[in-house]
Amino acid sequence: MKASISEKRGRRSIRETAIERILFLAGITATISVALITIFIFGSGIPALLDSGFVNFLVGTNWSPANGSYGTLPLTAGTMAVTLTALVLGIPTGIACAVFLSEILHRKAARVFKFAIELLAGIPSVVYGFFGLIVVVPAVRTYILPLVRLWDPDAHTTGLSILSGAIILAVMILPTIVSLSENAISSVPAEYREASLALGANKRQTITGVLIPAARSGILASIILGMGRAIGETMAILLITGNVAVLPKSLLDPVATLTGTIAMEMSYASASHQQALFAVGIILFIIIMLLNAVAQGVSKRMGVNQ
Amino acid sequence: MGNNSNAAMRPETQFEIRDLDLFYDKFQALHHVDMDILKNRVTALIGPSGCGKSTFIRTLNRMNDLIPIVKITGSVKFDGTDIFGRDCDVIALRKKVGMVFQKPNPFPKTVYENIVYGPRIHGEKNKRKLDELVEMSLKQVALWDEVKDRLHKPALGLSGGQQQRLCIARCLAVEPEVILMDEPTSALDPVATLKIEELMSSLRERYTIVIVTHNMQQAGRISDFTSFFLNGEVIETDHTDAIFSNPSNSKTEEYITGRFG
Ligand SMILES: Nc1ncnc2c1ncn2[C@@H]1O[C@H](COP(=O)(O)OP(=O)(O)OP(=O)(O)O)[C@@H](O)[C@H]1O
Ligand SMILES: [Mg+2]
Repeated sequence: MKASISEKRGRRSIRETAIERILFLAGITATISVALITIFIFGSGIPALLDSGFVNFLVGTNWSPANGSYGTLPLTAGTMAVTLTALVLGIPTGIACAVFLSEILHRKAARVFKFAIELLAGIPSVVYGFFGLIVVVPAVRTYILPLVRLWDPDAHTTGLSILSGAIILAVMILPTIVSLSENAISSVPAEYREASLALGANKRQTITGVLIPAARSGILASIILGMGRAIGETMAILLITGNVAVLPKSLLDPVATLTGTIAMEMSYASASHQQALFAVGIILFIIIMLLNAVAQGVSKRMGVNQ
Repeated sequence: MGNNSNAAMRPETQFEIRDLDLFYDKFQALHHVDMDILKNRVTALIGPSGCGKSTFIRTLNRMNDLIPIVKITGSVKFDGTDIFGRDCDVIALRKKVGMVFQKPNPFPKTVYENIVYGPRIHGEKNKRKLDELVEMSLKQVALWDEVKDRLHKPALGLSGGQQQRLCIARCLAVEPEVILMDEPTSALDPVATLKIEELMSSLRERYTIVIVTHNMQQAGRISDFTSFFLNGEVIETDHTDAIFSNPSNSKTEEYITGRFG
């Protein structure tokens, strides 16, 4: 009797140790991978930074690898312009959509809508790029351009532009923003809704005054995730923004982005050019870190305020 | 003064409920309820669990509108107008008929923002007026001294009893005529309960109060009239003293003496 108990315990503890070890290994592997990638990127990129001079590399406006000139400001500007415009388009649409799904639409219809929106997340990004190229780019050229010409007669665009890229990106981040925000809004306790209505608030006032503020940390999380996706997106953007490494002056100008440039040029880059592309990777890395830090700071401040 | 004594002699009717039936889909939760709720009086609703007290009280400010399966027939008149009539403005009704819930439910905002939420919705923008309203309503619920240094701190940081008083203050800030309370003290400890009861005695002069309670002593202490509900019907409504000392229906007597329910 005694023996069998101890035997059982023995076998059990072997299994548990094994599981622990495996989990530990998995954790270590993930951490080491991140560390290795970071070291590798920084190791490969820093020589280029030193070569061009840190400041020149960051704020130089001339990116022409053929002449050995590596100024990345146009690329950073391109990424920021496309991402921010996408957020400007995507956040209000996404939140409005989430409110519509959780508060206004009938439950069953909402389920169908939600499913459709989640399908958007499953479309490969190259398909988005293709769609953008075939539909959005010409649409910007034929419909938006004439409108812009009403107050700026000199405006011109091929359609390959910040705006086209941002429209596609906005659609791509929509599933993230909508489904997370919708969850956040629907899980606001019913008591808040009742309290607001019982005070004589109408539906709109309840949504803007109570539900959205109560759900704001979830909504913010959805925005941060959407932003991460937008900055990292390469394929779709590559096809639609024109890839011209020049500082843009308007939303209708073509741009090259940090990710797009790395993806396009890496395959044929010479040694110093390759280093420069790794340095571009460093910039991307730092931008994402900064944005995360800002987002976290904001969410913390909002949390304290509630 | 003259007005007061006059009112004391012949109180006006605030709610006139006639032949009210309420269905949750096919289940009938209220059976031809007739009741007059008098102005500036405290009316207590008692009865065993599931007898329809919450359902009834939520009818008075049309909170049941939120439940799609609810069907209502009969009439409820508030100050003479039918609240289910076409020309009844629900928003205006809810502004005049405030509600305090069983579980304290302050918004996840600051104490200050909780109070000004209602007045702002109804169009008050003046900062000074809002500040005054905050102070006045918090004083009315005897919470001012406890929270005046933390007006801009989260309301969810208050104790349960403080939260409930805050909810009452939030309700008072929109200057209602009626306050509906559905078991407002059932989530509170005896000390907090006592505070809320004291608060109700101080409010009775100026407001019509309808309160659901499972606590017979509470009903006895604070109410002028008591209405006994059983299985969706009103068995009897009378002066609280009469109900408790000399109920005319034997079921009422059995309930208040604790023999069932
Ligand atoms: N949303 C709803 N859908 C269907 N039936 C409901 C709903 N709300 C209440 N009921 C039913 O209506 C009846 C009355 O419920 P109500 O909540 O009014 O009782 P109550 O007197 O307030 O009880 P308690 O003292 O436990 O709060 C109950 O049988 C209940 O099951
Ligand atoms: Mg109830």
